[in-house]
Amino acid sequence: MTAGTRPQRLRRGRWLAAAALCGAWLGGCAPAPPGQELTFWTIGREGEAIVQLLPAFERAHPGIQVKVQQLPLTAAHQKLLTAFAGGSTPDLSQLGNTWLPELAALHALEPLQARVDRSAVVRPDDYFTSIWATNVIDGTLLGVPWYVDTRLLFYRRDLLRQAGFRAPPRNWEEWRRQLAALSDPPRHRYAILLPTNEYEQLMSLALQQPDPLLRDGDRYGNFESAGFKHALAFYVDTFRLQQAPPISNVEAGNPWTEFGRGVYAFYLSGPWNIGEFRSRLPAAQQDDWATAPLPGPRTAGIGVAGGSSLVIFRASKHKDAAWQLIEYLSQPAVQQRFYALLGDLPPRRSSWQDGALRDDPKLRAFREQLEHVRPAPAVPEWERIANEMQLVAAEAIAGRLTIDQAAAEIDRRADAILAKRRWVLDHAVPAPTREHPP
Amino acid sequence: MNPRLAKALVNGLLLGGAVVALFPLLWMLSVSFMAPGEAGALPPPLLPAHPGWANYRELFLRAGMGRYLLNSVLVSGAITALSLVFNLMAGYAFAKLRFAGRERLFRALLGALMIPTQVAMLPLFLLLKYAGLVNSYAGVVMPGMAAVFGIFLVRQYARGIPDELLEAARIDGAGEWRIFVRIVLPLLKPIIATLAIFSFLAAWNDFMWPLIVLTGQEHYTLPIGLASLAREHAQDSELMMAGSVVTVLPVLLLFLSLQRYYLQGLLLGSVKG
Amino acid sequence: MNPPRAAWLFLAPALLVLGVFFLLPVLGALVLSLTDYDLYALADLHNLRFVALGNYWELLHRPLFWSALGHTVYFVAVGVPLSMGASLGAAMLLNSPLARCKPLFRTALFAPVVTTVVAVAVIWRYLFNTRYGMANYVLGLVGVHPVDWLGDPHWAMPTIILFAVWKNFGYNMVIFLAGLQAIPPELYEAARIDGASAWRQFRHITLPMLKPTLLMVGILTVSGYFQLFAEPYVMTEGGPLQSTVSVLYLMYDEGFKWWNLGSASAVAFLLFVIMFAVTALMLKLSRHGEEP
Repeated sequence: MTAGTRPQRLRRGRWLAAAALCGAWLGGCAPAPPGQELTFWTIGREGEAIVQLLPAFERAHPGIQVKVQQLPLTAAHQKLLTAFAGGSTPDLSQLGNTWLPELAALHALEPLQARVDRSAVVRPDDYFTSIWATNVIDGTLLGVPWYVDTRLLFYRRDLLRQAGFRAPPRNWEEWRRQLAALSDPPRHRYAILLPTNEYEQLMSLALQQPDPLLRDGDRYGNFESAGFKHALAFYVDTFRLQQAPPISNVEAGNPWTEFGRGVYAFYLSGPWNIGEFRSRLPAAQQDDWATAPLPGPRTAGIGVAGGSSLVIFRASKHKDAAWQLIEYLSQPAVQQRFYALLGDLPPRRSSWQDGALRDDPKLRAFREQLEHVRPAPAVPEWERIANEMQLVAAEAIAGRLTIDQAAAEIDRRADAILAKRRWVLDHAVPAPTREHPP
Repeated sequence: MNPRLAKALVNGLLLGGAVVALFPLLWMLSVSFMAPGEAGALPPPLLPAHPGWANYRELFLRAGMGRYLLNSVLVSGAITALSLVFNLMAGYAFAKLRFAGRERLFRALLGALMIPTQVAMLPLFLLLKYAGLVNSYAGVVMPGMAAVFGIFLVRQYARGIPDELLEAARIDGAGEWRIFVRIVLPLLKPIIATLAIFSFLAAWNDFMWPLIVLTGQEHYTLPIGLASLAREHAQDSELMMAGSVVTVLPVLLLFLSLQRYYLQGLLLGSVKG
Repeated sequence: MNPPRAAWLFLAPALLVLGVFFLLPVLGALVLSLTDYDLYALADLHNLRFVALGNYWELLHRPLFWSALGHTVYFVAVGVPLSMGASLGAAMLLNSPLARCKPLFRTALFAPVVTTVVAVAVIWRYLFNTRYGMANYVLGLVGVHPVDWLGDPHWAMPTIILFAVWKNFGYNMVIFLAGLQAIPPELYEAARIDGASAWRQFRHITLPMLKPTLLMVGILTVSGYFQLFAEPYVMTEGGPLQSTVSVLYLMYDEGFKWWNLGSASAVAFLLFVIMFAVTALMLKLSRHGEEP
């Protein structure tokens, strides 16, 4: 996923989720309605769109009322864990797929396989394979993909053409050549924007490598592998060669207008930006930008399997109703409406077979890449490790560490974070004979 | 130095200081009446071109600010009322009732002031988790029901009550509770006002603990709601300013109307006992 | 009912509250800091281990702890003198016989104190916006290049300090004002007759007479500033490049973001020990030296 660090949507919000909440509260003062109230947590901007999809669901299920709570992106992780610890989890929630392992380790989530087996709507073979796989933790299905996300290249077709390139890069070598040609640091022009506080970009490059990011059953970091160092070196070089400015997304401010002005020719980002660029760039510029699969060391099109799933909490008293909502939101027609509202890409192949999703040229690269995405390591510690990875990478960008030093430092931090996991794995005894730890 | 110049200098500096102190607050008020996007211009506008209530409407009708306001009033009111009762009783006991170990206990309490409250937060969270009080008003109110500082304040003030007054009542056969209610409380009136406004302001402005213990939006107090809005809608400066006005204005008005009591408490609390 | 029994009944509610909601948790924190209570332990208490001083040992070897401590000390070391200087300056201006409309000025200067940190931090975030902020605009008028106040790791902490000084100086100002008013005017009278300059009067009368107040205010302000949290939480979220992560911010992240309650408790206790040491040192120095 990526909800955790995904840039916030900067649109003047319409506060619909909050309105629904407000309404639900006022409604709470009226005589108690018959039926059940579902609490549904969304993370970030999804809440604003979801309330537009809910009336149809509530009409179809008169006994169910849905109460949406919108968690701010940067506080969502803390809120979810605190809610679990405090026993105040919602009935169902949106959950980024990198956070799934954590809540799985807490046994906070309801296994869903039996419901899927019975379902006429949710058909696993219709989902992108890697995306579905991120919802299976240690053999148990805990979530149903809601929307998918992978990072790839947005690029300025006109700028590339002016520099003599007819096509976007397919591999790193071509990419480096284009980056060099399109950068002009003295004039504050950089070929690409890679915010230094977002780990998704480096992670996308690292996942293209043959070496896994963790080794020995995810017990240790594997960041000193040749593959990761190769990715890190490519990433850091982009800054050292002044092809990307060493700034965070806070400082980057409004990347869309700067992309439009040609400050950046490339932007490595996710699908929600299709909508942003469409609404923020003038009509005359709409033909100037396009998307392309992420260039790899040798071939293009491998990226991170991100996105969000819908999960039901074990503590919920309304699991059947929650499942009905998940089934509703999983219908291809509803997913297409969701896409129209927000630009979130549906995880089902059949949702892509109609209308805008099929015909939109800007989406083709996503459709292509989604068949080849790879998930991040499925350990509860991954979010922390990725954060540390990015912090160390930022040090390397600043020139304080060499590639080898940085790789060793990430391994050191990852191993420390994983220490408890190793202990738990080594002491995992079958439940009946389990004894107190020494 | 020329006295006239000195006078101009002193008053000029004071005026400058007052402008620096008040400018952000006045600017907040002004921007809150601007149209969306108006403040993000160069040069930054000082006054709204067409002042309107749109941001406030948005806040209350759509962003649930009314609920946060209500929660803040409820929580701060409850903390103020309860802590007032408990602190008054304890402060009076420390000042006027004799019992073994009084001074030692009091000094121990003052010593506890040295411990930052944050040390207690993590286990307190676990405690409330097992008590089922996470994400409830009680989870915010209960830890605030007594405060060492409040006890200290009451003790400082109550020590001025003449012992003869209490002794006379005891000789007349009045019970301790009756003495407290009939004789002591009326004498403590000024400090009650002081303590009330102190507690209310502290509860209203409290951030870290409610942030931790309130997980559901329906329980958010204003600062938590505002911080949450600030993360979601950072770009909507006009709206955020209106939210800040709603958060700050009640306490500012309260302070302005009860300023005398507040400053008195501040001074009383700063004198070594 | 005899007075001792009545006394305990009067004390009971407050002591109960303080005991259950403060002292007990503090002891709990001490115990917790000796364990590795984390996500796995939250899932299943069998995964809880006693690690003795392991958390402390690890923290002392963690660069982030030291940088968080560094940022906090920076905040205290620069923020406290600035804040107290501003307070003292404002108090002396208000105390000056030349000042007019004193109550009005006092209220104005005090107003930021009663405001809510979160709300005014939001205001400051906009005032110090790199592109549209008032601060850069005004600086631009006098030809200063725009400063990336909250986005540049070198500027973020100074901006937060500036904010804290603005927010807090009024509190100590009122205390100093009371202290100044308690100094007998005859002392200044005599000094003036001796021909002492304003600076000498300040150095030899005001400061020595204010010494007890200064010490107490200093200690309270230092311990208050050590507890930096809400400002970076709202204004920078600890960034950029973690340059505004304070010790308490680290505790919050460790505890409630990553759910490492064990090491978070150790952070809290280390902060307590450091604050205690600094305060004790201040008391000791003030007893020894002549400098207040």
